[in-house]
Amino acid sequence: MRLCDCVDLLAAEVLVPAKDMETEIRVACGADLMSDAMAFACSTNEMMLTGLVNLQVIRTAEMMDVKVLVFVRGKRPDPTMVELACEKGICVLRTSNPMFTACGLLYQAGIQGKGA
Amino acid sequence: MLPVHLQFPIRGGDFHSAGEASSGMKKALSKLGVDPSAVKRASVAMYEAEINAVIHAGGGEADVEIFADRVSIVIRDHGPGIPDVGLAMQEGWSTAPDAAREMGFGAGMGLPNIQRNADDLTIDTRVGEGTALTILVRFHRPAPTAPGPEA
Repeated sequence: MRLCDCVDLLAAEVLVPAKDMETEIRVACGADLMSDAMAFACSTNEMMLTGLVNLQVIRTAEMMDVKVLVFVRGKRPDPTMVELACEKGICVLRTSNPMFTACGLLYQAGIQGKGA
Repeated sequence: MLPVHLQFPIRGGDFHSAGEASSGMKKALSKLGVDPSAVKRASVAMYEAEINAVIHAGGGEADVEIFADRVSIVIRDHGPGIPDVGLAMQEGWSTAPDAAREMGFGAGMGLPNIQRNADDLTIDTRVGEGTALTILVRFHRPAPTAPGPEA
């Protein structure tokens, strides 16, 4: 699924755009525990959804080579986080959808979890 | 030219700068053309170790040596040490304070995550003196010999 279609599907606000919003997103994970994200989802995730809002979320995405971060439940990252994501080339989206709904919408549209 | 030797300070309790050392190493490995899967394994392992030093040990330092076929990462701290390494290696066991949990850590996955991503892990710990973690990650294909990263 194209990233720009994910934005539409989630009715998301784009806080940091990707270089190519047409890039294909095939695999995603959802986590509020960063260690869990790294333990159980550390393969080929292109997108990570989270309700956790702090600088370490951006760092975790950086270490895991996550291309797109989606903040759910209307959470808003602060300017420092946005600046770091920008510097690391990580696209940042924000949706008012809760985690379950956001993941469900993406899954229904064909985005897979790890190992699928 | 390889080997490349990098050193980074790790500031204790500073969740703002936590991860900068791992980020610096990741950047260096990528610049040297190391295969991305090895870069990711090394980055995740070092990041967990760095976070542990920030949370539990009042900081420390990271010593990284990059060779053509591997990276060796030593995270050394002068914290309280680990009284029971076997227990600390169990998934879910944690002594992390609330501040760490608020950051998304402290779920007892740190050391197991390091072990999972490392080809070799050595834990040298002394109660009351500190801990040194040596993480070795081998590359699937040799890194091209390249000039060292910019300082």
